[in-house]
Amino acid sequence: MLGLKKWFLIGISASLVGGATMISSAAADEQFVPLPSYRVGPYAAGGTGLYGGFIDYMNMINIRDGGINGVKLTWEECETEYSTPRGVECYERLKNKGPTGASVFNFVSTGMTYAVIERATNDKIPIMSMGYGRTDASDGRVFPYIFPIITNYWSQNTAKIKFIGMKEGGMDKLKGKHIVNLHHGSGYGRETIPVLNKQAEIYGFKVSHLEVPHPGADQKSQWLQIRRMKPDWVILRGWGVMNPTALKEAARMRFPADKIVGVWWSGAEEDVIPAGKAAKGFIAAGFHPAGTDFPAIQDIIKHVYDDGKGNLSDKKRLGTIYWNRGIIHGVVTVEAIRTAQEKFGKKSLTGEQVRWGLENINIDEGRLNELGVAGLMMPIKLSCYDHEGGGSVKFQQWDGSKWNVITDWIKSDQSIVRPMIEESAAKYAKEKGITPRDCPKT
Amino acid sequence: MFYRETGQFKTSYAADDAIFPIRQDFLGFGIIMLIAFVGIPLVSNEYYFVAILVPFLISGLAALGLNILTGYAGQLSLGAAAFMSVGAFSAWNFITRLPEIPFVISFILSGLAAAAVGVFFGIPSLRIKGFYLAVATLAAQFFIEWIFTHVGWFYNYDPSGSISTPPLTLFGFELTSPISRYYTTLTIVSVLALLAKNMMRCSIGRDFMAVRDMDIAAEVIGIPMLKTKLLAFAISSFYLGIAGALWAFTYLGNVEPAAFDISMSLRILFMIIVGGVGTILGSFIGAAFILLLPIFLNISAHALLGDLVSQQFLVVAELMVFGGLIIFFLIIEPQGMARLWQIVKEKIRMWPFPY
Amino acid sequence: MSFFMEVLIAGLLAGVMYSLVALGFVLIFKASGVLNYAQGTMALFAALSFVSFVEMGINFWVALLLTAIIMVILAFVVERVVLRPLVNQPLITLFMATIGLSFFLEGFAQALWGSQVHRLELGISDDPIFIGDIMVSQFDIFAGVTAAAMVAGLAFFFSKTKMGRALRAVADDHQAALSIGIPLRHIWVLVWVVAGFVAIVAGLLWGSRLGVQFALSLIILKAFPVLILGGFESIPGAIVGGLIIGSSEKLAEVYLGPYVGGGIENFFPYMLALAFLLIRPYGLFGEVHIERV
Repeated sequence: MLGLKKWFLIGISASLVGGATMISSAAADEQFVPLPSYRVGPYAAGGTGLYGGFIDYMNMINIRDGGINGVKLTWEECETEYSTPRGVECYERLKNKGPTGASVFNFVSTGMTYAVIERATNDKIPIMSMGYGRTDASDGRVFPYIFPIITNYWSQNTAKIKFIGMKEGGMDKLKGKHIVNLHHGSGYGRETIPVLNKQAEIYGFKVSHLEVPHPGADQKSQWLQIRRMKPDWVILRGWGVMNPTALKEAARMRFPADKIVGVWWSGAEEDVIPAGKAAKGFIAAGFHPAGTDFPAIQDIIKHVYDDGKGNLSDKKRLGTIYWNRGIIHGVVTVEAIRTAQEKFGKKSLTGEQVRWGLENINIDEGRLNELGVAGLMMPIKLSCYDHEGGGSVKFQQWDGSKWNVITDWIKSDQSIVRPMIEESAAKYAKEKGITPRDCPKT
Repeated sequence: MFYRETGQFKTSYAADDAIFPIRQDFLGFGIIMLIAFVGIPLVSNEYYFVAILVPFLISGLAALGLNILTGYAGQLSLGAAAFMSVGAFSAWNFITRLPEIPFVISFILSGLAAAAVGVFFGIPSLRIKGFYLAVATLAAQFFIEWIFTHVGWFYNYDPSGSISTPPLTLFGFELTSPISRYYTTLTIVSVLALLAKNMMRCSIGRDFMAVRDMDIAAEVIGIPMLKTKLLAFAISSFYLGIAGALWAFTYLGNVEPAAFDISMSLRILFMIIVGGVGTILGSFIGAAFILLLPIFLNISAHALLGDLVSQQFLVVAELMVFGGLIIFFLIIEPQGMARLWQIVKEKIRMWPFPY
Repeated sequence: MSFFMEVLIAGLLAGVMYSLVALGFVLIFKASGVLNYAQGTMALFAALSFVSFVEMGINFWVALLLTAIIMVILAFVVERVVLRPLVNQPLITLFMATIGLSFFLEGFAQALWGSQVHRLELGISDDPIFIGDIMVSQFDIFAGVTAAAMVAGLAFFFSKTKMGRALRAVADDHQAALSIGIPLRHIWVLVWVVAGFVAIVAGLLWGSRLGVQFALSLIILKAFPVLILGGFESIPGAIVGGLIIGSSEKLAEVYLGPYVGGGIENFFPYMLALAFLLIRPYGLFGEVHIERV
C-alpha cells in the first residue's frame, strides 16, 4: 500500500505541472465568443441542444462566409454543470480570452446571470439572456450591459393572457374565469406572480398560485387541488422534470392538455416526449418555432453537418426547439458583432464595442430574409432605453410527435409590463447608487 | 535532515503546549502565511483571485465549520449549507438595514444568528445519533431553504428572490477590487482558522472529541452532554454563517437560496471526508480537492485534448475521473488527505536515515 | 370527505413509490452498514440502459435481462474495486466512496447512453379508475402491488434463508462475521445484485412516470425521510415509512400549504420524520443499538 502512496504522490506532482501549462493562442482578426455551457447534470439535454445549435451557426458563418466580414469567430466552452459558482468561475476564466477578450456571454441560467451582473458591468462585457434572466434589466438605462433580449418573463406572461383571451373570444370574456399558475418553487418560478396578480385585477379573472417544490417529480397534491378548483386554464411555469410530470398528472386528472399553457422552458421536445400521449394538445409559448425549413438551417446542414463537422452527434435533433434556440443565440450574437463592426471597423472587437452593437442592433424583416431566418425569429430592434426589443410570442401545440405553430406573433402588453420594469429597475438603481443613463424613449 | 526536533528543549509547560511545538512547524506556518498574504498577491491575476482563491478560502472555512461539528464532536450533518444561507441572509439584512455598523460587526452578528439557528436544530442531537441525525439535519436544510424563498422580508420582497449585495466598506474604502476581496476573505478565514485550532486544543475541543469517541463514556466522566453538543452546533454554525456571508459578499455578489442548496451541503461534507475528518488542515485540502479539481480537470482536459475529442465526451469523462479519484483517494488513505500529509511529515523526520 | 380520501389515497400510493427507492438503501445498509448514496444513480443507470436497449429494437424481456446482467456486473465491479479495499473502514468513508461511485456512474451512464431525455412506456395504463367517486390511478396500484411483492420476497429472504441470516450477521460486525466463516465478498456481491434489481424496478417505474432522465437520481431525496421514519435496517419499515410520509405530505400540502404559501412538501416529511425520531430515535422499526461503556 505504501508503494501505491508513493506513486500517487509522484502522479499528483506530475499532473500539477501538466495542468499548469495552459495553452492559449492569439491571432489577429478573431472574435472570441465565450460559451459557459452545461453538458452534464440535470439540464444537460437542453444544454447540449442549445449550445450545439449556437456552435453550429457560428461554424457555418466561418465556413460559408469566412467569418463576419473576414473576422473569424472563435469560441471556447467551459462546463458549468448549471451550478452558479462554476458559472462564475467560467466567466472569470473566459472573459479575457481571445485577442480582445470575450464578446458576449450567454449563460442560459437565471442564477448565473444574476451573479455576474455587477462583474460584467465593471468588466464592460455584455451579458445576453435570451428568454430568461433578470426581467427589469429590460430597462437599459439602469443595466447598460445586460440584455434580456427578445422577451422577458413578464412580457411573455401578458402575451399568454392575451392568448387565453383570444381563445375565450375576447379579453372581456376573461372576467370571472379562473386561471391556475402552477409554478416551480424557485425564484424563476415565482417571478411572474406579481404581473399575474396585476392582470387578474385588470381583466377580472381569478388567479391561484400553486407551487411545486423542486424538482417536481411528484405533483399529486397540486393536481388534486387543481381538480377540485376546476380552473378554466392552467399556466405551467415548469423547468426540467417538472414539465412531463405535470402533463402526466393532468392527463390522469382528466384535465385537458389543450387548456394548459406552458412557458418556453416547458415547451421543448424534451419536456413533452417523456409524457407520451398525455402531452398531446399541450400548448406552449415560444419565441421561435421548431423545424429545419429555413435557409440558414439548410446552410448549416449543407456546410457543417454534411462535412461531418456538426456539434450534435444525433442528426435527429436538428430542428428541435433547443437547437433552434441555439441558432437564434448565434444569429443575434453574430448580428451584434456585425453591427458593432460597422461602427468600430472590421477587426477584433472588445466587449464594450460589442455592447454598442447589441444596443443598436436592428434586424428587420428584410434582414431576417437575408439571413435566412425569416419565420424562425421575429424582427428585433434594441435601444439604450429598451434592452428587450420586441416581446412577442408565438404559441405552439404539441401534436404527439412535433410542435406546430398555432398563432402568429402575439404582442406583449407593454403598458402593464414597462411601468413594473421601470419601478423595479429604479429600486435597483437606488440601492446600488446607479444614476440611470439618459436615453431617448423609443 | 531539515525537520529535526533534536535540540529543541521545552523548559516550561507553556512552551510544551504551544500551538506549534516544533520550530520548523512554526516556521513553515509563517512561510505559508507570508505566501498567502504577500507572495500570492504579487503573482496572481484577477482570475486566480476571484475565481479560485476566494471561493477556495471560503469553502475551506465552511468545511472547517462542518469539521468542528462532524469531525471533532462527531455529529454528522447534511445541513451545512442551510446555516451558510442563514449567515448570508442575515448579513445582507444587517448590512443594508443597519448601514451604520461596520461590516465586520455585521458579519459577527450574522454568525451569531446562524449559531442560534444551529443550536435550535442541534437539540435533536441529544437523542438522535449517526445517520439518523444526518438525515434529520436535512430537515434544517429544506426548512431554511423554504423560509428564505417564502418569507418576503428576508429577501426584500424581490420578485426573483435573488438580491444583489452592496459593496463592503471599511473606513470609507469600498472593498470591491479583486485583491481587496481576497484580503478581506483571507484575513477573516485565517483569524477564524487560528481560533478554531486553539479552540480544538483546549478543553472545548477535548470535550468534543470525548463526545465523538463515545458519548456515553464522556457523560460518565462528567462532560455535560447538553452543553457540549449544543456548543458544537453553535460554533460550527457560527463558522458556517460567516462562510455563507463571505460567499455572498466577497464571492458571488448576490444572495439567493439556490446557492445554498442540498448539493452545496453535500459538497461541504465531501470536503471534510476527502480532506480528513477532525483536522483543520484537512478542511482546506478537502476544499481544494472538491472545489478545484473539477475546474482543474476542465482546464487541463481542454488544454490537452480540446481539439481531439468532442466537448460532450470531455465533460462526461471529467465526471468519471472525478468520481474515480474520490474512490481512489479513499482507498489509499481512508482517513483523508490530511493523513497523507502527516505520513509525509513522519517520513521527512527520519530522512535520510529511516530505521 | 371524498376529496380528503382522494388525497389520502394518492398520498399512500405516492408513498409506495418512495418506498421503492428506500428499499434499495435498506438492503445495502442492512448488509453492510453503508448508506449507499449511489442508489439513485443506479436507478437512473438501470432505466437508461433498459430504455436504450428497447430503443435499439430489442424485445422488452431481453432488454430487461440485459439490464439485469449489467447490474450484476456492476455489483461485482463495485465489490472488487470499491468495497473490498475498504473493509473495516469507518462508515463515513464507505458513504463517501458511494458518493464517488455515484459521480462515476453519472458520467458513465451519459458516456454510454447520452444525456437525452427518453420516453419509457411499460404498457401499464395510466387511466384513473373510480371507486365510488374517489379517483385512483391504475398505475399507482400496479406500483403498489409490485412493491408489496418485493417486500414480501425480501422479508422472507432475510428472515428465513440461511443467506439472509448471514447478511444480517455481516451487517452487525464485519470481522466477527468473517471469523465465523461467512464469506464476506459473496455476501456483498449478492446484496449489491439485489439492490441493483431493486434499482431496476424503481428506475423503470419512476422512469415511466417522469421520463428517463437525469432527475431520476434526485428521487433519493424523497427516500431519506422514509428511511429515517421506518428505520435504516427494516424492510417493512421502508413500506410503512413510505405510506406515512406519502400520505401526510400530501395532506399537509393540500390542507396546510395554502395558509403558509405552499411548497411545503419538500421539508414537511423531514420535519415529520424528525418528530418521530424524537420519540423513537432509531425509527419505527430500526434496530436499537445498545450502547455500553
